[in-house]
Amino acid sequence: MTLHTSTITVPRPRSRVWASFGENIAYAIGLPILLLVIWGIWASASPAPFFPSPLIIFEAFVDTWVGPAFVTDVLPSLGRLGLGILLSVLVGIVAGTLIGLVRWLRDLLEPMLEFFRAIPPPVLIPIVAVLLGPTDTMKITVIVAGSVWPVLLNTIDGVRATDSVMTETARSFALTPVERIRYLVLPAASPRIMAGTRQSMSIALILMVISEMFYSSSGLGYRIVYFQRNYLIAEMWGGILLLGLIGVLLAGIFGFVERRVLRWYHGIKEVERA
Amino acid sequence: MEPLVTSVDPADPIELAPPPSGPPSPGHPARGGFRRARARRTLRRSLLGIAGIVGFLVTWQLIPTLGILDPRFFPTATDTLARLFEDFRDVEFWRNVGRTMTAWAIGLVIATVLATILGTIIGMVPFLRRATHTTVEFLRPIPSVALIPLAILMFGIQLQAALLIIVFASFWQVFVQVLYGVADVDAVARDTARSFGLSRGSRIVNLVFPTALPYLMTGIRLAAAVALILAVTAEMFIGTPGLGRAIIFAQSAGDYVQVYALVITTGLLGLLINLVFRFIERRSLSWHQSVRGEEVL
Repeated sequence: MTLHTSTITVPRPRSRVWASFGENIAYAIGLPILLLVIWGIWASASPAPFFPSPLIIFEAFVDTWVGPAFVTDVLPSLGRLGLGILLSVLVGIVAGTLIGLVRWLRDLLEPMLEFFRAIPPPVLIPIVAVLLGPTDTMKITVIVAGSVWPVLLNTIDGVRATDSVMTETARSFALTPVERIRYLVLPAASPRIMAGTRQSMSIALILMVISEMFYSSSGLGYRIVYFQRNYLIAEMWGGILLLGLIGVLLAGIFGFVERRVLRWYHGIKEVERA
Repeated sequence: MEPLVTSVDPADPIELAPPPSGPPSPGHPARGGFRRARARRTLRRSLLGIAGIVGFLVTWQLIPTLGILDPRFFPTATDTLARLFEDFRDVEFWRNVGRTMTAWAIGLVIATVLATILGTIIGMVPFLRRATHTTVEFLRPIPSVALIPLAILMFGIQLQAALLIIVFASFWQVFVQVLYGVADVDAVARDTARSFGLSRGSRIVNLVFPTALPYLMTGIRLAAAVALILAVTAEMFIGTPGLGRAIIFAQSAGDYVQVYALVITTGLLGLLINLVFRFIERRSLSWHQSVRGEEVL
């Protein structure tokens, strides 16, 4: 199959570039600003105790988190989250590749793995908490124990679904097992692995927040619950906002990594679609 | 996301042809041999699977018995399973299961209905899709457990507080899938429908809905799993009655055998939900290429 593509770029007039840029910006921030304005007007027109106006929340956000609290509460939480995610992905990919390649191992473990994945991860917190105590190790263990399953099961599926013609080709070219995994199995499974990683990351964030909310005396989750119990409503909203920003940041980092790792895959998809 | 066949028209008679079923006709030895090989493979798989479960239980039994972990906090498999079967005869246990599943079901239905309606409207109007993009991308990654303090303030220890968390989490799963699905409508099919003069309503029923259905079913399956996670979480940390609260109560009472029995119960519920929704997905999409393709092989 041959594919002829040619692109002729015609430079657009400068004014139109600016116009379309402005239009994009307007679309991007229009609705959020509209919603914030409505919220602000509503909050000042009929003050509800639990919904302070966005300006007050923003002020509380800056007062609470910009400064030493960022170092003492936010950074350790982020560190545990990052370490937990890295460990889950690492364990998931290594164990998943092994299980996916060895058929009898896969048949042996699959029912148990399905069961473990089905356990709602937060119920693991009381179990791990009593075994390890309220330590950093406990929180990281909880994160890994809950978020390893999506990566693991997706890796198994991806490795299993490697194209059989390619596997046989690799065999007849006498690739060593390590080469085969490096150049065939892992790339072939990478779209599934990335899909699993995305699920794992959101579970990890949930577990980080909960394990701190109820089994800790520091960290972001603890702060939010502390504010709520002391009726510091604006500060609590500030904490929720910060968690939202962390979620967006994680999604952004993930999107960047995914585009780098799966560049070839998206390329193929585009050609197929054209 | 698997590339799905575009422009599936359920009215097409070829699409509706039932997949070949029943015993293979005699005089097809190759096919019979294929069947036997497959049956052998299935038997091997289930035997190995059972061996895996037994192996897991034996390992579990040995860890506290050999003293690797403290048996007070890590009870043996036999103790836990005995307690689980005891629980099965307990009315309060089933009431807790019922409460958890009620919160789960109500939350899932609200989230699905809202997400399907909003997703279809926003997905079909390009202006709305562009205008809501950043808002959706900001709201979606917010972990719903961050809203637990707010839910407690707003509703106290009531079902509504749990529902807020459940709906917020599972809404996005369905919503995003519906958006993808509605955007996936084949351009040629859409133009054809338009030039045949189909009304807007008829286009939604006959073109958009069948295209988006596989996506919707995937979204609902994911949302069902997420909703169970959040239902149990809400019970644990908000304190609405159900399995989650029972786990926390058992833990406070130091009854770790019960904690493990309940954790296994939640796992079994999750497994059941996964199986049921996978089954529903296959049945409701039995006309679709992605499902038929597997069955014919």
